[in-house]
Amino acid sequence: METPEQIKARLEAVVPGAKIEILPNDCPAGERSLLVDTAQVLAVAKFLRDDPQLRLDFCSNVTGVDWPDTVVKSKFKKTVVVDGVESEIEETIETLRSGYLECVYHLYSMELKHGPVVLRQRTANRDHEAPAVSLTPVWRGCEFQEREVYDLYGIRLEGHPDLRRILMWDGFKGFPMRKDYVPPDDFEYEPTPHDKVLEQARKHYPPEVKA
Amino acid sequence: MSAVAAMPPKNYEILPKTSETGEPIGELLEISMGPHHPSTHGVFRMDVVLDGETVVKLKPVLGYLHRNHEKIAENISYLGSMPYTDRLDYFCSMTNNWAYALTVEKLAGLPVPERAEYIRVIMAELTRLQNHTCLIGFFVQDMGALGTPLMYAFREREKILDLFESVSGARMMCNYLRFGGVRCDVTPDWLAQAKQLVDGYGKFLDEFEALFTENEILLARTQGVGVLPRELVVNASLTGPMLRAAGVNYDVRKVDKYGIYGRFDFKVPLGEHGDIYDRYMIRVLEMRESLKILQQALRDIPSGPVMDPKAKLRGFRPKAGEAYGRIEAPKGELGFYLISDGSPNPFRYRVRPPSFINLTVLEDMCLGHRISDTVVILGSVDIVLGEVDR
Repeated sequence: METPEQIKARLEAVVPGAKIEILPNDCPAGERSLLVDTAQVLAVAKFLRDDPQLRLDFCSNVTGVDWPDTVVKSKFKKTVVVDGVESEIEETIETLRSGYLECVYHLYSMELKHGPVVLRQRTANRDHEAPAVSLTPVWRGCEFQEREVYDLYGIRLEGHPDLRRILMWDGFKGFPMRKDYVPPDDFEYEPTPHDKVLEQARKHYPPEVKA
Repeated sequence: MSAVAAMPPKNYEILPKTSETGEPIGELLEISMGPHHPSTHGVFRMDVVLDGETVVKLKPVLGYLHRNHEKIAENISYLGSMPYTDRLDYFCSMTNNWAYALTVEKLAGLPVPERAEYIRVIMAELTRLQNHTCLIGFFVQDMGALGTPLMYAFREREKILDLFESVSGARMMCNYLRFGGVRCDVTPDWLAQAKQLVDGYGKFLDEFEALFTENEILLARTQGVGVLPRELVVNASLTGPMLRAAGVNYDVRKVDKYGIYGRFDFKVPLGEHGDIYDRYMIRVLEMRESLKILQQALRDIPSGPVMDPKAKLRGFRPKAGEAYGRIEAPKGELGFYLISDGSPNPFRYRVRPPSFINLTVLEDMCLGHRISDTVVILGSVDIVLGEVDR
């Protein structure tokens, strides 16, 4: 099968305006993924499905990933001159990477029996119901899995024919797979309020009540 | 494939009859099949809209057994999730263990000793045998063959579960595989017992098949019912016997050759019509192929360690990265997707449940059929709610 670089080169030639980034993967499995802009992801997906060399007709797995705000530490070396002596020191720079939500698609080909190609799209931020693009029009098998992504991660996938909650009940508030989700404390009511329960309950109060 | 020539697909009127002005004649009836209905194999609901007895709309409603398995697994160590994978598809804990172990081994680059690979294959194929046997029992029970065939199926299943119990300590919640091997070795005595079971299983299958394969009621209720065309099956990501019944040759054991499946001589049975009868027949033939694999594996199993000596059970921290591993579980392709950030817990842990995704096309299969057929169609999908709802 083609390498991610070859797929990227062909995609950028065919899909107008497509910008594709290849994300590294350091583990021994080493499946690198293609990160596509939400604006072009539908065209890219159609190309991947219909291209005679790739024929990725089987979308095996669809899932969401929540990447919260993190401080990224990057180290670089620089030379300084202290008292006329040149020495090399290492400096660390901390930058804040704002969080985003991600949809990951694992694509295989049933016809040509190869794969996987990992396709990713990212939302702009971690807002409630942050928008992304549904690939259900391309692969019907995404239907339930994208409903699950919406249900548990709160990514509003535009173009999905039936975007409702699937595992949680209708009327449920919040998105339980997000990293900052706080489970309600009245799921299992405990009649003796010890410190842990009270502390958990306090997280739900608005700030002015807290005092 | 079929024992008798398949009947042509039935042509039902899908839409309700309308008058000249477009008004529906008569009323549509909305009923709720489940969640507590014996045909749903658990707590599962189908919102069905009927015109007379014909289904015009069907929406599956799930999540009654949802406990957010993935979130729980993100908060415990890698090994801590291993016993919990047993509870996904509680009929096939061995294959669930294998799928998870395979993904972690892929993520961390762990080797597996030869003997452990053979033991894994033996366990997975025994699991397939008992899953398909029971499924056929449940499936004919849904059609009204109450009790007896299911008891035959459970009698055979119990023999396999006895083997699991004697090696892992538990009948169903085996928790037997580990990253880089299996938990404990099997004894020569156990292998002899397994061989005895495998040798006798073909005879049981002959008897079992004699009950159903040319049974008039089964033929009438399954042929031409719940037909799925080949294009839809691929596009809707169906896997396992559901996929192969429509004639698509795709078995992860043959495609990925994970473990040591490349060494065994076995065939992938394929259907022609994609109806329920083909799905039944595929499962029977798959069991016969499993017996072939088991005979080869039990003959060739080498001696040696069953655990990689460098494998670390405690304080296991794979390097940052991600991996997607998949195996051919009895119900279809079972996948795990793990993202590691270098900490002892997975950053993201995802299960790709085959029976959840196979339900996507439930409505397409049921439209235009009678309400009584939905029960048989659901039975042929082979769902386990522990896995669907997670």
